[in-house]
Amino acid sequence: MAEVTYLEALRQGLREEMRRDERVFILGEDVGAYGGAFKVTEGFYEEFGEARVIDTPISEAAIVGAAAGAAHMGLRPVAEMQFIDFISCAYDMLTNYVATARYRAGLPTPIVVRGPCGGYVRGGPFHSQNPEAAFLHTPGLKIVCPATARDAKGLIKAAIRDDDPVLYFEHKFLYRRIKEALPEDGDLLTPIGKARIAREGRDLSIITYSAMVWKALEAAEILEREDGLAVEVLDLRTLVPMDDDAIVATVEKTNKVMIVHEDTRTGGVAGEIAARINERAFEWLDGPVLRVTAADVPLPYAPTLEDYVLPQTADVVAVARRLAAY
Amino acid sequence: MPARSPALPRRAAPAIPAGLRREQLLELYHYVRLTRSLEERLANLYRQGKVIGGLFRSLGQEADSVGSAYALDRSAGDFLSPLIRNLGSMLVQGAEPLAILRQYMAKAASPSRGRELNIHFGDLEKGYIGQISHLGDMVPVMAGVTLSFKMRGERRVGLVYVGDGAMSTGTFHEGINFAAVQRLPLVVVAEQNGYAYSTPVRKQTAVERLVDKAAAYGVHGDSADGNDLLAVYAVTKRAVDRARAGEGVTLVELRTYRRKGHAEHDDQSYVPEEELAYWARNDPVDAYRRQLEESGWAGPEELLAAEARIDEELDRAVALAEAEPFPEPESALDGVCAGPPAAERPWYRGRGG
Repeated sequence: MAEVTYLEALRQGLREEMRRDERVFILGEDVGAYGGAFKVTEGFYEEFGEARVIDTPISEAAIVGAAAGAAHMGLRPVAEMQFIDFISCAYDMLTNYVATARYRAGLPTPIVVRGPCGGYVRGGPFHSQNPEAAFLHTPGLKIVCPATARDAKGLIKAAIRDDDPVLYFEHKFLYRRIKEALPEDGDLLTPIGKARIAREGRDLSIITYSAMVWKALEAAEILEREDGLAVEVLDLRTLVPMDDDAIVATVEKTNKVMIVHEDTRTGGVAGEIAARINERAFEWLDGPVLRVTAADVPLPYAPTLEDYVLPQTADVVAVARRLAAY
Repeated sequence: MPARSPALPRRAAPAIPAGLRREQLLELYHYVRLTRSLEERLANLYRQGKVIGGLFRSLGQEADSVGSAYALDRSAGDFLSPLIRNLGSMLVQGAEPLAILRQYMAKAASPSRGRELNIHFGDLEKGYIGQISHLGDMVPVMAGVTLSFKMRGERRVGLVYVGDGAMSTGTFHEGINFAAVQRLPLVVVAEQNGYAYSTPVRKQTAVERLVDKAAAYGVHGDSADGNDLLAVYAVTKRAVDRARAGEGVTLVELRTYRRKGHAEHDDQSYVPEEELAYWARNDPVDAYRRQLEESGWAGPEELLAAEARIDEELDRAVALAEAEPFPEPESALDGVCAGPPAAERPWYRGRGG
């Protein structure tokens, strides 16, 4: 069991799938000889050659569209967005073409579109985004958001094998900051659509995903130490299809629930989760469903500004205390 | 000199161009005539309110769709993606008139099971992928289709249609550029038909000819009169041969004219009457029929017989499609994803309603 970073775990998953299945190939900007802006595909060009690790023009719509066309013909493309912020350039292709293909035309479109999301890196408005809400609203796209090295690997492998288009949002803050011992052999797969209890608790639940899992766990430690609260943390791992059973189970267990995400507040994923809880578990609630999210502004650059806008551990602690008081 | 029947032409028939055989000339006539006749049936059904959505005619453009698609090799697994006025290209690839009628009438048995309109459907076995309404998007998709041919070492060719309007989109640019860089076996057919909805070409682009854009992408450019069926075939065949030989993308401009409005509701108030009259005299189906007869490549009886066969097929197909049911309401929920197989039914919505 060697310790690997989140980034290395992702790289392992990609490499294993490319070795396992010759239909899998990668296309994106600077992914080939350079190995990708964050070096996720480092060494792939040498191992798999330029036919399977394709450097493309700066053309996100063409990257996604070409991936879709190749997938119709039986290949398994993995398209990289250099920063996930640029996925909006392929928004039309993803929402109008890819997401509808099976429904309107019976076209199989097993593509993965992946890329680094998220802030806390002083990246400013165009290198820090979390675009999941825009795609959560589009039927036909699956969305996964790994929070751990194990899931970074397990979800990329599951995404590549899935018969539907999957958006894989990897958090760049986690790339080299977290490590985990993973088995070196065997097929490590994380099922799409299954949440994970990251920490057991009985007093209140924090439903979250991606890098915010770590903020929630930090807050849970503080709340246990300082308030004697047993906080449950539910890591969704997949946003579409959402694990409603796991959400309802944690609500029934603790009766108090809050949602934490890094994306902005209005129209964010938290609103959807709150609505589902309202419809499915209203009688089990002993308090309001509260949210901790980014403020509704484009993400600013200066450290003082970014820290103010993004959710911090202290915010999670403060909101949890208010919820616990109900 | 042996006696000759007076019905036969006096001089030997001129050589058939572009390497075509006589049976192929008749097949081409079948497809242009079928395109024209099928759209006439659809226009009738539209006036009776049986076509649920809009009707998009290719009147005057049939030769460019049919002649270009005919240059592909179906037995080699060549592939195309049409636009809204390329019904003829789908018929050449094997789409059945019955499927088109069902699709326009939103029937349960339509290729898209009532989910999509008009000719927005595809068939991977027959070798065509249906377009979506967002013009230009099929260029990257067909780049991906032909990328798969290249990656697998298959000698197959793809063809994608765009018009003077679609060529203004970002996806057209991204797609043809990507295909050019990768030297993909893709033919991009640019139909210049005068208008994109009501917008004339001069307001769409500042280039003199659409094919001038080929230079910007470093691809080969070629062009032909889109109303001359055999010229369309010949120019597209050259592009297909280049693609199959590994010589990359060709942009082919076909100059034609849209003789109806954008869709059947559009009265073309923005079009000068003399322009319409000029192009009505330059009808590609009539011109091809005349060419077949005058060149002695086909006699009047066999052309009439071909037309009768089309009419009979369409009579049957229209009657069958008209009698068919709409889709079951709850079938709307299935097939968004491979898994889960169906979307959740709203709890307040009863089964079957």
